[in-house]
Amino acid sequence: MVLQNIWFFLWGLLWAIFFMTDGFVFGMGTMYPFLGKTEEEKRIMINSVGPLWDGNEVWLITAGGVTFAAFPAVYATMFSTLYTPLMLILFALILRGVSFEFRSKVDSPKWKRVWDTTIFIGNFAPALLFGVAFANIFQGIPFDENGIFQGTLITLLNPYGLIGGVVFLLMFIVHGSLWLAIKTEGDLQARAIQTGKRLWPVMAGAIVVCLIASAVFTDLYDNYLANPVLFLILVLAVAGLLGIKVFMGKEAWFKAWGCSCLSIVGVTFFGVAGLFPRLYPSSINADLSLTAHNASSSPLTLKIMLVVVVIFIPIVLAYQTWAYKLFSGKVTEEDLSHEEAY
Amino acid sequence: MDVLMLSRLQFAAATMFHYLFVPLTLGLSILVAIMETKYVRTGDKVYLRMTKFWGKMFLINFALGVVTGITLEFQFGTNWSRYSAYVGDIFGSILAIEATAAFFLESTLLGVWIFGWKKLSAKAHATVMWLVAGASSLSAVWILIANSWMQHPVGYVIRNGRAELTDFFAVVTNEFAILMILHTLAGAYVLSAFFVMGVSAYHLLKKTDDDFFTKSFRMALVMGVIFTIFVAVEGDIHGKDVTQKQPAKLAAMESLWETQTHAPVYMFAWPDEENERNVIEIMPIPGLLSLLGHGSFDAEVQGLKDFPKDERPPVLIVSMAFKGMVGLGTLFIFLTLFGLWKRDKLQEYPLYLKIMMFAIPLPYIANELGWVLTEVGRQPWIVYGVMKTSDAVSPILQSQGAISLTAFILIYGLLGAVGFYLIYTAAKKGPEETEA
Ligand code: HDD
Ligand code: HEM
Ligand code: HEM
Repeated sequence: MVLQNIWFFLWGLLWAIFFMTDGFVFGMGTMYPFLGKTEEEKRIMINSVGPLWDGNEVWLITAGGVTFAAFPAVYATMFSTLYTPLMLILFALILRGVSFEFRSKVDSPKWKRVWDTTIFIGNFAPALLFGVAFANIFQGIPFDENGIFQGTLITLLNPYGLIGGVVFLLMFIVHGSLWLAIKTEGDLQARAIQTGKRLWPVMAGAIVVCLIASAVFTDLYDNYLANPVLFLILVLAVAGLLGIKVFMGKEAWFKAWGCSCLSIVGVTFFGVAGLFPRLYPSSINADLSLTAHNASSSPLTLKIMLVVVVIFIPIVLAYQTWAYKLFSGKVTEEDLSHEEAY
Repeated sequence: MDVLMLSRLQFAAATMFHYLFVPLTLGLSILVAIMETKYVRTGDKVYLRMTKFWGKMFLINFALGVVTGITLEFQFGTNWSRYSAYVGDIFGSILAIEATAAFFLESTLLGVWIFGWKKLSAKAHATVMWLVAGASSLSAVWILIANSWMQHPVGYVIRNGRAELTDFFAVVTNEFAILMILHTLAGAYVLSAFFVMGVSAYHLLKKTDDDFFTKSFRMALVMGVIFTIFVAVEGDIHGKDVTQKQPAKLAAMESLWETQTHAPVYMFAWPDEENERNVIEIMPIPGLLSLLGHGSFDAEVQGLKDFPKDERPPVLIVSMAFKGMVGLGTLFIFLTLFGLWKRDKLQEYPLYLKIMMFAIPLPYIANELGWVLTEVGRQPWIVYGVMKTSDAVSPILQSQGAISLTAFILIYGLLGAVGFYLIYTAAKKGPEETEA
């Protein structure tokens, strides 16, 4: 029981870190066609995430891998029932990855325009679809006793699912605009800041709508009512949101970005805590829901994996922090002059 | 086509496409790390230019390896959900360890390497490349442990309606895995050596930059000589192990129908699966299969007829893949040995250089044939002796499988074309003259 609960928490944590780290890349890419007016600005935007995006993406691979290792039945049912949206996400991520690498390799405006488009698609689509997918999970997925999905892609595009998609998208865009505020200068920075400031109220509004909608469409609050101390998570998320606003006002971009990290983790955990102990609820019959207790791996596997995670995740965090530090500071013209730069 | 067939085709397409890029990542990362180390040690600019030139191709290739790997990580869930639920306790944990222990290091540090030329000392920068190379090999080790468990499951018990782990140590020290890791890494090094030798040969023929490409060629030649021989010797040991653990696969590899002592190897044989015989058998070498499989001419080797029809792998594909791989492997040994013999006057042998140039695709073919042999030869099992492939597939709609397979082929086709075009132009263009 204890082991399974720890793994439930780690499962949520890995997804939250993925959204927090890759989120600003998604946000940057979504704004990319709108904010980057000149070739140099475009390159600055891409290179602001250049050294880091690949390492960020591995949080997704790890979140998926850990779902497989700790909760194999969830991995199996989740990814086969969400087959179509997941395939769309994967294809988008493929486009995104190669776009960053390929765009700079041929010196032709036409070539660059192709990859400009795919950078947008490859970042926008996953941002939206992850939101839709997670909102639907919070709400319950219509799958039967054989793990067969009783619906279509349209089933997932229900009101609550769409609200989730919009919330994720807005949070990532604000997250990305703060990242660009840290990494860029001049006109580009001004435009990024303006985007962040204009979208903040929209995002805050969307999150409030989402929190209210959660009471209507989901039973996430049951856990909160049974255990009011959980409301602290919401407090953290809201504190993060307000912090963004405050620090944006003070032009303290790094702190504002940190608060954005906090709010993304907070919003993810708002849902995860409400789900507990369910990982993948069935909306057809609550008894079919996959939980941390009925879908987990054997105690031996959970123990071994815990040892692995406890040793390696801190190491990973250490060298990733080192990499972030190494590439801190504004992206300059000199950075762009390297032949390896994107 | 049913969902099973669609899923098999999709998985085969996706893994085989991934494996077009994997071997070059594994081998070229090491060669680039050696080049950069030489630069740090000697300060000779030619090694820096080598690092940059080969590094550029490495990076394009790496990007394709990464994006094609991500889809694989999730396909066990999307297309093989019954499999995932049944063996996730063991198989899933190995994949998760691969991600935490290897992928993070590989991806994070490669970003540091690409963008860190001015931010790190020369020594630290070279060290980063070694770590990238090490992490790539480590990721190969873990995924091959996972794959070996499907070939020869150990350290588990069937409990609670699924396979559960009982002995982690047995899984990671699986003999099958050790042999597979050695063989696969060696195959990857052969491919990388041929890649570097082939591109160098092109430039040596053009006489673009003799010093640069002679050095590159020779460096790769060392790797080539060692590993073409290693892969063959080790492959023989691997074959003996397969004889023990997957006798049906061995029989299919050699299209041997009757169980017999003094079993022969045919230089060429065309099986007729319908009538359980070979239509064509050319040049039998009596007793050789007994010797290769069991170490003695008069040992008994099991033939295909010993296995029920529904437990035999497709004989034609498996035997052709095996013969093709071994044939190419033999050719590689001659090619590298000739290079070793004439290493000081390569330019005097334009024909040899031309052959090496056109030989670049051959190790790619050999590597893919190796996997076809290993994976198709395991059929009809997905986990040998434990679970059939037909029981493993996800309950998805046929239309979903058909659309995603089509999308995979289209996207990967385009991607592959663009990727190879970029690598080709970078290789053809040659190194930059001056250092930025
Ligand atoms: C023998 C080696 C080998 C084999 C058999 C496979 N891979 Fe692979 N994979 C690698 C060797 C590798 C690598 C050398 O580590 C790659 C290739 C190129 C690269 O960039 O890293 C990689 C990349 C790579 C990535 C991206 C990692 C990143 O972002 O750094 C994923 C998610 C996978 N692979 C997953 C898989 C799965 C699920 C496989 C099984 C079907 C698989 N690979 C077969
Ligand atoms: C990268 C090199 C690999 C190649 C080229 C490769 C090739 C193939 C091929 C050709 C098939 C289709 C066989 C058939 O349907 O008849 C297949 C199936 C499969 N392979 Fe591999 N494989 C590779 C690595 C792996 C690894 C590392 C794993 C597991 C960790 C794996 C797991 C599977 C599974 C689950 C199937 C689907 C079931 C099946 O059809 O057998 N493969 N692979
Ligand atoms: C020259 C003699 C060779 C022999 C006797 C040999 C033997 C074998 C055998 C028996 C297998 C099947 C193992 C299994 O089913 O699990 C295999 C697989 C394989 N071979 Fe070879 N091989 C040779 C050359 C090569 C060469 C030259 C390459 C590539 C450059 C290569 C690449 C592979 C790969 C990638 C696999 C699949 C992974 C594995 O199962 O290890 N082989 N080989």
